[in-house]
Amino acid sequence: MADLHFLANPARFRRFSQRVLPSLAFATVLMLAVGLYMALIQSPPDYQQGDTVRIMFVHVPSAWLAMAGYALLAGLGASLLIWRHPLAALMARASAPVGAGFCAVCLLTGALWGRPMWGAYWVWDARLTSMLLLFFLYLGHIALSRAYDEPERGDRAAAILALVGVINLPIIKFSVDWWNTLHQPASVARLGGPSIHPSILIPLLWMAATLFLLFVLLVLLRTDTEIDRRRLENAELQA
Amino acid sequence: MSAHAVYVMSAYLVALVILGGLLVSSLATRNRVRRELAARGLERKK
Repeated sequence: MADLHFLANPARFRRFSQRVLPSLAFATVLMLAVGLYMALIQSPPDYQQGDTVRIMFVHVPSAWLAMAGYALLAGLGASLLIWRHPLAALMARASAPVGAGFCAVCLLTGALWGRPMWGAYWVWDARLTSMLLLFFLYLGHIALSRAYDEPERGDRAAAILALVGVINLPIIKFSVDWWNTLHQPASVARLGGPSIHPSILIPLLWMAATLFLLFVLLVLLRTDTEIDRRRLENAELQA
Repeated sequence: MSAHAVYVMSAYLVALVILGGLLVSSLATRNRVRRELAARGLERKK
């Protein structure tokens, strides 16, 4: 926690991101190359779903990261509203489009998986609908943070939306248990351990780690830009 | 890759376009903002 407070200073954060970004980019590219080989070539087809199971290697990690990204937004929102951390608002502005991107990947790849398995691209199922709501919450956050002439007001309004919207995360997670859904129940993060064979579980976890690195890379890169953009706006105001 | 290859490849293409697009737009925005800062003599200290 002390380390996080240390990074709350924008100048320190920028020095940290400058040091980390090159090696993070290298690791992401390397892991992505191995991950795509595992996902598209090495892993076996599923005995029921055939090759469509390969969609899972991008769909499921994208869903996890979309949810984790929103939890991050809520944490940053709390940090902004309670402690007024100067970096929290900038990082929230940087993170929201990244989370929305992963959410869009989850929804679209899910539709492409649903068509051959369920016979439909979309159904108004509790899991799919709550995930679509998460996407709209992301869009709302992006729109609200840019809706005011004073950026601080936009940041505070978006932070409140992030905190209110966090209630949707347990709904997404448990929707498959609370309601009868077409979407399959949890098969990795469940009591009793994963129900997936290691030949499919290992590529899935590898791709999740890879996309996590990409998520962190994008957030650091965009936060760095937001710090510069805020400097530019301040310079314009003073001119 | 079986009759479902079109769905599998489309899914990976969608992921590439969205996530690759995010990366490219992030880099482009960073370069633009840095150019504008440099034009005002506010470059970062190394």
